Amino acid sequence: MKTKNKLLLEVQNLSISFGGLKAVDEVTFKVHEGEIVSIIGPNGAGKTTIFNLLTGIYKSDSGKVVFDGEEIQNRTPQEIVKAGIARTFQNIRLFKEMRVIENVLTGMHINTDYNFVDLLFRTKKFRTIEKEKTLKAIEILDSIGLADKISDYPSNLPYGDQRRLEIARAIATDAKIIILDEPAAGMNPQESEELLQFIKTLVQKGYTILLIEHDMSVVMNVSDRIYVIDHGRKVAEGLPEEIANNKLVIEAYLGKEVEDCA
Amino acid sequence: MKKENKKTNIMDNFVDQINQNKKLKYALICLLLCVAIALPKIGLSSFIIRVFTMIALYAILGLSLNLITGYTGQVSIGHAGFCAIGGYTSALLNVHFGMTFIFSAICAMIVAGILGLLIGAPTLRLSGTYLTIATLGFGEIVRMMALNWDWLTGGALGVSGITRPVIFGFELTTFNGGLYYLVLVLLLLVSLAIYMIIRSKMGRAFMAIRDDELAATLMGINTTRYKITSFVISAMLTGLGGAFYVHMVRFIDPNTFNFDISILIISIVILGGMGTMKGIYLGAALLISFPECLRFASEYRFIIYGLILVLMMRFKPEGILGGQSKKPYKMPSGIEGDYQ
Repeated sequence: MKTKNKLLLEVQNLSISFGGLKAVDEVTFKVHEGEIVSIIGPNGAGKTTIFNLLTGIYKSDSGKVVFDGEEIQNRTPQEIVKAGIARTFQNIRLFKEMRVIENVLTGMHINTDYNFVDLLFRTKKFRTIEKEKTLKAIEILDSIGLADKISDYPSNLPYGDQRRLEIARAIATDAKIIILDEPAAGMNPQESEELLQFIKTLVQKGYTILLIEHDMSVVMNVSDRIYVIDHGRKVAEGLPEEIANNKLVIEAYLGKEVEDCA
Repeated sequence: MKKENKKTNIMDNFVDQINQNKKLKYALICLLLCVAIALPKIGLSSFIIRVFTMIALYAILGLSLNLITGYTGQVSIGHAGFCAIGGYTSALLNVHFGMTFIFSAICAMIVAGILGLLIGAPTLRLSGTYLTIATLGFGEIVRMMALNWDWLTGGALGVSGITRPVIFGFELTTFNGGLYYLVLVLLLLVSLAIYMIIRSKMGRAFMAIRDDELAATLMGINTTRYKITSFVISAMLTGLGGAFYVHMVRFIDPNTFNFDISILIISIVILGGMGTMKGIYLGAALLISFPECLRFASEYRFIIYGLILVLMMRFKPEGILGGQSKKPYKMPSGIEGDYQ
């Protein structure tokens, strides 16, 4: 089992409320290195809110997020990216007026190390780093099959390519764990199948994936473990086959059976 | 696909063709430079030279505003305020302490930069609209201060007796073409600086903020810091433009840089094409030469001017040279090979 790997991300009793609404309520889960962990749940269950908490967009009311041995729950989004957590968005958020390669280069922002004087006077340091990063960006784009679209603008790419470009941009940050927020949303079966293969290759390359997804064929096929969230609470966790037969999960998705109809 | 994208644009095609042919491109640039340098020597009247000087000056102002508005996506409609700050700083240092243009202009840039920091630091933490309103107020505050701080600025009488720029004991005037060359050099330096900034990690951070601030944050970009940096650089370069103008006309009063100037600068940026450099040169050339060309229709000038802007907004809102470039991405030096 993969669970023998090092513990990478540990979320303990994470909570946040907006006014009177407990959007995330005492959620606890773990992600080990090299795993694909999925979080599923009906609409409005609080999945994206959990991601926003993990990436520092929201500040949690209570609870801990331990990443790679360090507590990160109260850090800024910038610090969290530097620590090694990168994400994609439910609705694609690429930089639309920047070229494909510039999108990836922007992902490398935090590990592009030169200062204002270097860039103004095009010092040797600047030229070396810029060349190295550009080559790396081309390599990343090549690995997702976009090497011939380097100069294009994201808005002119097909939907599936945009999704993959967003993942490429997250990879470019040198993150250890990549959080994917409904990557298969709006894709046809063939596109989601391709995405599935792509996610699997990412894990082979040593990335750890945390996934929110509605598309059950994707979730059941790639996940090592699944957590089910409903009304901000964790209702179940386990292997895909366990989840598929879990009564509470079926209830969360389909509703309760009416018992006294006789 | 948007409807606008389908329309073939003569200007775009022309630019594309030039870009495809590298030799032609360099030849054209050389030709343009030669013409620019030879201009005062071919017997043009000093009036024409002055128009060209003004075009170059407004290109500097347009490029500075473009950095914050076109590349970083934060609209400022008070940039004349920074012109005024730069202008007054340079003028007062010149008149009271006898500083020559080069030194007073550097001081002007520093003072404009500090004020940019003071305005930008609190407002740039908020979303774009607040900055726009704050800069609008800033432009007016600067004007009112210039009007009322008699002890410093001379009030409504302004500051006069500013000396012309002197370089190596040689006084630069419109007549001997010196001012024209000076502004060309300044334009070249400003263009280079902005080009270097744009084609680097910093420029990419600016554009990322413009396109999607949240996504930029999650790439680890400190958005507030970069917005302030962009604003301060923009303010400094605008201050430089103001300083030059003041030494050219040798006079400044509270109405030298009023709200109209702010609007003119932003019109240049919008007309030429936000987020491009070549568009700004074109925008400056068009909008500055335009009133001069239309002197015969003096009473209708502003009607025609307005009509053109309205038509632009309708048919090419991204500006004459704005929008997505069809050129291949320019790789940094050292990377060969045919990447599309």
